[in-house]
Amino acid sequence: MPPVVEARALTKRFGTFTAVDRIDLEVARGEAFGFLGPNGAGKTSAMRMIGAVSPVTEGQLRVLGMDPEREGAELRARLGVVPQEDALDQELTVAENLAIYGRYFDLPRPVIRERIDELLEFVQLSERRQARVDPLSGGMKRRVVIARALINDPEVMLLDEPTTGLDPQARHVLWDRLFRLKQRGITLLLTTHYMDEAEQLCDRLVVMDAGRIVAEGAPTALIAAHATREVVEIRLAPEEDEDAAVQVLERTGHRVEALPDRVLVYVDDGDAFVREVHARGLEPTAVLTRRATLEDVFLRLTGRALAD
Amino acid sequence: MAMPIALRVLEGHARAYRHTWRGTTIGAVLTPVLFLAAMGLGLGQLVDREPTAALGELSYLAWLTPGLLAASAMQAGAADGTFPVLAGTRWVRTYHTAVASPVRPRDLHLGNLLWATIRISVIALVFVVVAAGFGAVPLSRGLLALGPAVLTGVAFCAVLSAGVVLLIRDQFLAGLNRFVIVPLFLFSGTFFPVEQLPPVAGAIARVLPLWHGVELTRALALGTAPALPWPVHLGVVVALLVAGILAGSVTFDRRLRP
Ligand SMILES: Nc1ncnc2c1ncn2[C@@H]1O[C@H](COP(=O)(O)OP(=O)(O)OP(=O)(O)O)[C@@H](O)[C@H]1O
Ligand SMILES: [Mg+2]
Repeated sequence: MPPVVEARALTKRFGTFTAVDRIDLEVARGEAFGFLGPNGAGKTSAMRMIGAVSPVTEGQLRVLGMDPEREGAELRARLGVVPQEDALDQELTVAENLAIYGRYFDLPRPVIRERIDELLEFVQLSERRQARVDPLSGGMKRRVVIARALINDPEVMLLDEPTTGLDPQARHVLWDRLFRLKQRGITLLLTTHYMDEAEQLCDRLVVMDAGRIVAEGAPTALIAAHATREVVEIRLAPEEDEDAAVQVLERTGHRVEALPDRVLVYVDDGDAFVREVHARGLEPTAVLTRRATLEDVFLRLTGRALAD
Repeated sequence: MAMPIALRVLEGHARAYRHTWRGTTIGAVLTPVLFLAAMGLGLGQLVDREPTAALGELSYLAWLTPGLLAASAMQAGAADGTFPVLAGTRWVRTYHTAVASPVRPRDLHLGNLLWATIRISVIALVFVVVAAGFGAVPLSRGLLALGPAVLTGVAFCAVLSAGVVLLIRDQFLAGLNRFVIVPLFLFSGTFFPVEQLPPVAGAIARVLPLWHGVELTRALALGTAPALPWPVHLGVVVALLVAGILAGSVTFDRRLRP
């Protein structure tokens, strides 16, 4: 079977602006694959080319072995798309939103009815079947969108920022549902600018910045390759001379990143380092030792923080 | 055989309509009926004090009714070619979801036009029945006149949707209504013959597509000859429709598959 996505030097330009810049990708069946990057990195543009709703400017792209340009409709029939915005018809009921979308795939009406039952059960909204969409919470609407994307029983799901704007509890519910889809063998492609989401869901991911791929690999491998085991976050009192403090920290021989509100130091043994900080006479207002994350990887690779 | 894709879009409109028909239909039916009552019955009394040659010796009500039928069909078409399109591209973004399925942008455009055809037909039919009840038009002739009136409405819907799909701001809509739709409605031979206009304005009115739709509709409703040979009138309206369909297949694609 061909890979789900095979891209070589894939490029998207809008006029003279390059949104996706010669990226190479290969996604295998059953994988959960992420695009991690800040606003404007080109995640949506890449996903839309893969979803056969945006023409490729340059390079090669095959999705499920098909050419999105020539076989767009056949390809889209096998994909499930969760767009960045919900785009639900607020005046209609949950079931009607799904039914109308199901008819776009020319699914027989009895099949649609059956699937709506199953899917609403799956996203835990069975009792909202006949409810209007409008008053539902953000998390519930997102689950309706996931059910809608599954109406054609897709082999691949394209999820563009599936949990952006949701509260932590709603995000966990969604992650759990997506994890189950993965267990069923559905390939997941998702974009996110949350490193915790990428770590939770993705087997493998690419880190994107300004249209380019700056790193690729499994989350743990990326962290191992580009960050240390632990990170010490130091907050200094406002009256403290930050440059002087950073110099003191750098003399320890560890990598130091000065952010506007805190200083990060990349170390293997956080507790030992904290003792050393105090021994060198620094008096930070707060010190926190944590595991390194993809956030640190992004900072290392681009010199900027991922979160906006 | 698989159902033609535009018909799937049409079906989606029909399903959604169960929830939205009150808001969108009552006004579309009521407004022309109010115009008919106010102008045809009220103003007509004044006009009809002396028989008017410009109206072909008809009562003002009888003369006005077909014009109002065509102009109202145009307004219904204009409404269907603007608000739902903006909802699809910007307000609710349902078009963006639709094109992620096997539905293509041009299927959306065609499906919308099929839906507009049904909606305009219903609105125009109600108008004709009410007008016949007033004695403004014989029912059989009124039904005959539905054809060109609906065609006119759908042609306007096609052209307007093809343009509106590209809009990235909403303000343009108010201008479109004020500077295009309302003047067309008033000056296309709907309420008075274009011969009454100053020569230059009259010449302009005669190239406006609505005037051709009005002439066809009036000819069928009254059983008279239109101002120009009917193939000319029909050609203009059909050309508008074809232009709207062709332009839309380009603009819908440009907007929805950037
Ligand atoms: N249709 C378009 N026309 C012109 N420029 C566009 C278009 N779509 C996207 N862009 C530009 O391309 C760049 C990448 O956009 P894209 O939406 O792919 O980023 P993203 O990584 O998804 O960002 P976000 O996290 O904000 O969703 C942005 O600078 C954006 O302004
Ligand atoms: Mg995006």
